[in-house]
Amino acid sequence: MRLRGSALLPASLLVALLLGLLPLPLELAPIKPFWLALVLCYWLLEAPEHVGLGVAFLIGLAADLVYGTLLGEHALRLCMLAFIVLRFRPRLRFFTLWQQALAVFAMLLNDRVVVIMIRGFSGEAMPGASFWIAPAVGLALWPWLFLALDGLRLRARQRGS
Amino acid sequence: MTVASRVTSGLFSETGAGPIRLLVYLLAAIALMVADHRTALVERTRAAASSVAQPLYLLAALPARLTDAVSSAVASRSELLAERQRLSQQLLVAQARLDRLFAVQQENVRLRELLGGTRGLLLSVQLANVMDVDLDPFRHRILLDVGSNRGAREGLALIDAHGVIGQILEVSSLNSTALLISDPNHSVPVQVVRTGLRTIAYGTGRTDSLLLPNIPQSAEIAVGDSLVTSGIGGRFPAGLAVGTVAGVEDDDTRLFLVASATPAARLDRSGQVLLLWSSESALDMGPPVELMVPAEPQEVR
Repeated sequence: MRLRGSALLPASLLVALLLGLLPLPLELAPIKPFWLALVLCYWLLEAPEHVGLGVAFLIGLAADLVYGTLLGEHALRLCMLAFIVLRFRPRLRFFTLWQQALAVFAMLLNDRVVVIMIRGFSGEAMPGASFWIAPAVGLALWPWLFLALDGLRLRARQRGS
Repeated sequence: MTVASRVTSGLFSETGAGPIRLLVYLLAAIALMVADHRTALVERTRAAASSVAQPLYLLAALPARLTDAVSSAVASRSELLAERQRLSQQLLVAQARLDRLFAVQQENVRLRELLGGTRGLLLSVQLANVMDVDLDPFRHRILLDVGSNRGAREGLALIDAHGVIGQILEVSSLNSTALLISDPNHSVPVQVVRTGLRTIAYGTGRTDSLLLPNIPQSAEIAVGDSLVTSGIGGRFPAGLAVGTVAGVEDDDTRLFLVASATPAARLDRSGQVLLLWSSESALDMGPPVELMVPAEPQEVR
């Protein structure tokens, strides 16, 4: 049972990493949500005994290598996110789905600000207004993602026992 | 662990996310970023690790390749025939132009010999595929399936059939990342074909426009002028199409002109591109017979 449940975690993170690489048509490209953050957020809420700051950091490093960003950029972003989620975890867990989605939205916005700061410091150009669409997409996706992952986890557990 | 220990249990348990731990991780991340940005220390580990990411890229590109395969499998016979017709016409035109160029080339070589001057530059090209992978929609970068194993190196120019696309930014053993000319951090030295005016075209962050600031008021530039690379700086060989001027107006100080241009190349991050590099030429170079052998660079003049 333990094995089943713990296989879902790396698998879902891997899928999130892949979804981040998935090409979209040029006009739709800005709406791509930060999948990795959403999935990580779920696991931070549901299984904080497996996922913590360290794991977030390592996943971030892997993402940096795969996405070709500055080494440490995703690590920093995911660490920030993980810290906030873990801090407010007791409260977040008792929110309704849509309240949770709003909280996730706020965290994704914060993540965007972090990205802008990193880019500012590394001397890159500022992205346009469509940069801010992705968090809203994350907001809309969160309830469905949460329910889907919850369902998968429950099924894995039932099959295990 | 380092923060004040709160004795709780179960649902509300302390999750080991104290500010000190956060600080440590953040500092580590920042140190890594600075190291990656400022020094070449991390570069080699990075290049090695990127080749591990290769299967991920292939996996992520799979849906796009599948749709391609399906669409070409169900394409109707008449569509294929029409396409074949069109392509053979294009080939005819291209062949005619090549023949003409060959004659000019011969003449050019003779003239150079008469002048006893320098030899021209030899351009070599290599075909590369753009991988169907989206690295970051807000950075104008593409991933190519050519790495150092096939001769790619940093700074090589990229072109497609219509003009300059960008240059190679990072190389690992199996892939390389290229920066498009539309990236706000990229600039190309250009020359106006009609007047010979030299200036610089900056990326704007939009794939359909380039910016040419700081042109003197007295300069001769008009809408519709075509721009080619000037070869200054040595990154891009001279004479490659960059774009056409789409608009000219005064800048804020009213002392200079700002022009915008439409890129000639298709910058939509897909399809195939040519890697291009120049070297001193031998004298007897003709136009290519077979340009498109991806395995090793062929020589074109």
